[in-house]
Amino acid sequence: MRTAWMRHPGLMLGLAASFAFALLGLLSLVWTPYPIGDISIARRFAVPSPDHWLGTDQLGRDMLSLIMSGTLTSFTVGATAIIIGAGIGVPLGLAAAIYGGPVEWLVLRFSDLAFAFPSIIIAILIATLMGPGAANAVIAIGIFNIPVFAQVARGGALTISTLDYVAAARLAGLSRPAIALRHLLPNIASLIIVQATIQLSVGILAEAGFSYIGLGTQPPETSLGLMLRDAQNLFLIHPWLSIAPGLAIAVIVIALNIAGDGLRDILDPRLRRQEVGRVAG
Amino acid sequence: MRVTKSLALASAGLLLATSLAMAQSTEIRVGAPLEPPALDPTAGAAEAIDVVVYQNVFEGLTRIDQNGAVQSGLASEWTISEDGLTYDFKLHDGVTFHDGTSFDAEDVKFTFDRILAENSVNAQKALYEAIESVTVVDPLTVEIKLSRPDGLFLFNIGRGDAVIVAPESAENNATQPIGTGPFAFVQWDRGSRVILEQYGPYWGEKPALTKATYVFISDMATMTNALLAGDVDGTYNFSAEALPVFENNPQFKVLVGTTEGETILSTNNAKEPFNKLEVRQAMAHAINRQEIIDGATYGYGVPIGSHFAPHNPYYIDLTNTYPFDLDKAKELLAQAGYPDGFSATLKLPPVNYATVSGQIIASDFAKIGIKLELINMEWAQWLEDVFANKDFDLTIISHVEPFDIGIYANPDYYFGYNNPEFQALNETLNATTDEAKRKELAQEMQTIIAKDAVNGYLFELAQTGVWNAKLDGMWQNAPVEGVVLRDVHWVE
Repeated sequence: MRTAWMRHPGLMLGLAASFAFALLGLLSLVWTPYPIGDISIARRFAVPSPDHWLGTDQLGRDMLSLIMSGTLTSFTVGATAIIIGAGIGVPLGLAAAIYGGPVEWLVLRFSDLAFAFPSIIIAILIATLMGPGAANAVIAIGIFNIPVFAQVARGGALTISTLDYVAAARLAGLSRPAIALRHLLPNIASLIIVQATIQLSVGILAEAGFSYIGLGTQPPETSLGLMLRDAQNLFLIHPWLSIAPGLAIAVIVIALNIAGDGLRDILDPRLRRQEVGRVAG
Repeated sequence: MRVTKSLALASAGLLLATSLAMAQSTEIRVGAPLEPPALDPTAGAAEAIDVVVYQNVFEGLTRIDQNGAVQSGLASEWTISEDGLTYDFKLHDGVTFHDGTSFDAEDVKFTFDRILAENSVNAQKALYEAIESVTVVDPLTVEIKLSRPDGLFLFNIGRGDAVIVAPESAENNATQPIGTGPFAFVQWDRGSRVILEQYGPYWGEKPALTKATYVFISDMATMTNALLAGDVDGTYNFSAEALPVFENNPQFKVLVGTTEGETILSTNNAKEPFNKLEVRQAMAHAINRQEIIDGATYGYGVPIGSHFAPHNPYYIDLTNTYPFDLDKAKELLAQAGYPDGFSATLKLPPVNYATVSGQIIASDFAKIGIKLELINMEWAQWLEDVFANKDFDLTIISHVEPFDIGIYANPDYYFGYNNPEFQALNETLNATTDEAKRKELAQEMQTIIAKDAVNGYLFELAQTGVWNAKLDGMWQNAPVEGVVLRDVHWVE
């Protein structure tokens, strides 16, 4: 195992960077260099300096504090959407694999339907019904995640259910849900973890997108996408305000993708580089 | 040889350049952030309608100039009776609508009857309710009788809401506007642009432009690029934060002017704890006006201390009624029975000045213990919740109607201010035509609402236009809504 990890320097890098950002986000819960609501027009558009490592934005808020807090929003939205997606999608996928027939047909058609609607349309629908906000971004991304996890779970479960020990369990009289729970789920867990890593990056990207078009996080809360939105009109004059959150989004997403790729290689060598994460939007 | 060749090339280039400039010299492309929902200014409140058609396609009996003064329009002259109740308008002769039909007193009567009709959809019907009757004396004379004197009557009939329409075409003005103005409507490519062309038989002085295209670009970054690339020749109100891109560029000129937009922190005076004067005074002391102006308008807003436009001759400076003083604010809150402050909501419409001002105010109010929850809303929701149902604590909004201090005399208005003394003053003002007396009354009214701290008075919105440096004649100020092309021309 040790050698396997060593053979993937990219994985180490990706995981390290992902954890670093996640920790930075968590840290913002208890400490930021400056309070993020601390507005002071007098010190706006400051360039990076020892006082403000990443400078200040158009309201004089500390950019580093904003990025820390924005990262937390991104991870929270992405992770909650995964819990929704996996929580509903995995049982659906397992049910499709073990029952087959009409159940499978229903799950597959539902997946097709959900894939046919770009998540952005779901988000607009939800925002129209409930007003814009981070919670709505979570729901929209979560709904998008359901069929992704359902398909991964079904695919993995189908491969495993042809193995002898599953047949043995069936002969021993185990019910189908029991087989799914005891034999299939533990064996597809690695697949789901890999997919979750990828969906986390997709979710973070989608959250940034929703906030950028005004459907996601609303001020005075902050998120990386919202920072981009605020900085957009100022891009020609103060490009740094766009570059800092833009870079943060890019680095987080790349780190998560590298980590996801590496994890796949290690946890499930049979599926090496076969399935690539789908992109929301 | 080489020299002559390059000289020839250069002069050919120069020729090309001049001929290009000549070809361009009577056309204009105006960038507008919002596309109008329809094109009939007498049947909709949207500013975007007036931007395209006011004084370009449609004209009224009077017209407002860029300083807010009343000029003659379709009426060449008028007389007002001693009691201020009867107006006699002489109409211009030889005026035709763009469909060729002629304009006369019947059209005027039709227009006002339509505004005042039971089923009228005019957005400002209330402004014309003093009209008792419109009588056609002869084809070029019309007499309007009022039920009460109205000092703003001549101004109000010059607004986009009272432009003269013809009975033959009024029905279709929403999509096929037909007026008497110097420009005739040509086509409307939905989602993209509206094209106007000079109307040959126009009765008045011909404009310098022969063609005008309004290009609708809602995204500020796209607008910036369109301006820089020369895809549009200018825009009448550009987002202040991006103005530095154009300020030092000799190819552009930035016109900073006044508007009628009093931006206020509207307060629900009918609701606890805002019905307490001390609470409102405390909030007024906690408003850092200069910081808000710098943050939300990049310094272009003009501070106001009451609900009145600073460029109006009746204006008095009340910005020091409650200067920024957090200690005083805390003291007043304690007097009102809220030593630890309270929590409230601040509902914000989707406009930049509101979202930014809201964050700054929330940050300052937090320092005196007032915890504001910011709620961002869509326009339709804001209009319903705040404006119609009065379901709000605080909101930030620009009141863009000219001379609209009278809204404080309406106890049913959304901020719920009920002061009989003020209401009496407003009635006296409406019935007074003497300038000096009107000024005195208006100033007294301004002072009352400033002292009562009815709302938080923040700033007067500025109009910041960006235009090609070779364009001249654009309105710098915006006393009424509209982008009037009458005097716009190219200069070399």
